Amino acid sequence: MSSRAVVPPEIMDLVGVAQYEETGEFPVEQGYIWTSCASVENGNPLFWDEAVAEAVTGGPVAPPTMVSVWFRPHHWAPGRHEEHLPLQVHFDLKERLGLPEAVMTDNTIVFHEPVRIGDVLRTRQVLRSVSEPKTTKLGTGRFWVIDVEYHNQHGDLVAVESYTGFGYNKAAM
Amino acid sequence: MSALQPRLLFGDVTKGSPLPPLRYEVTATTVVLGALATRDWRPMHHDKDFAVNRNGTRDIFLNTPNQAAWFERYLTDWTGPHGRLGRVTFRMRGSVFPGDTMELSGTVDSVATDELGCGWAELSLILKVGGEEKTTCAARIALPVHSDDNPWRRRGDQWKP
Repeated sequence: MSSRAVVPPEIMDLVGVAQYEETGEFPVEQGYIWTSCASVENGNPLFWDEAVAEAVTGGPVAPPTMVSVWFRPHHWAPGRHEEHLPLQVHFDLKERLGLPEAVMTDNTIVFHEPVRIGDVLRTRQVLRSVSEPKTTKLGTGRFWVIDVEYHNQHGDLVAVESYTGFGYNKAAM
Repeated sequence: MSALQPRLLFGDVTKGSPLPPLRYEVTATTVVLGALATRDWRPMHHDKDFAVNRNGTRDIFLNTPNQAAWFERYLTDWTGPHGRLGRVTFRMRGSVFPGDTMELSGTVDSVATDELGCGWAELSLILKVGGEEKTTCAARIALPVHSDDNPWRRRGDQWKP
């Protein structure tokens, strides 16, 4: 294997290590749930009818696929001078591996305990793997898998998202 | 039927069952509202000049988290509120732009109960525009196995998504 094919050891050392453990900037809230449901015309009564939510889910819950919404940073906040990026491990890999372009190819979300109004979620990112160099129609680069784990304020796991990214240098035109 | 009663039971579903299709006319508002609803401030989802000149796309386009919300809505339109999502996997093959008509369709690939008695349906869903696949989604959703069952009551080790 050529030296270029080897994943740098400082990157391999990060595989399986929890990074960027953070707490959400705001609690799970009803207004955002309604905005999300409105955006896709989701009339599921769990999110609109308190009696149904109480009977079926033991109280109001958020749509499961909203889990990452509760962690996206505000576009601006007092005292913040740099853009706060979600999925920072992805951007770190682009920079450390010298791969300026990147796309996400696959996204898996596994849902565990329901997310409830008032929850404050915590998240952490875990690099799972980095591939050997690969060439696709986009260019030459590497695939990587990053897990984002979400827990609620009680320590319950609520979801795990797995992203497969491909960082690359553009193919010559 | 009351929303308090399960709309779809595990026994109602068989391998190969199709889901009713959903068609939706996408506008710029659809894209921008979807991006803001998912707190995605990236300009390719609201700024056409950026999308065209930096991303090389013909317009702004739906973001991934909002497509996840579309698939969730599509699934729970079918199951009713007692359907509980366990897992979804997306693969993006192309973008969805204002002016497109989205067509969502789906098929049940398998049904099974797990060792805890929870009923699961595994489905393949497709979002197409003009007959072309844009996004595929594999989904696993729990359904009540009888009228008094409720997957949402499962907690901790009783839930195997």
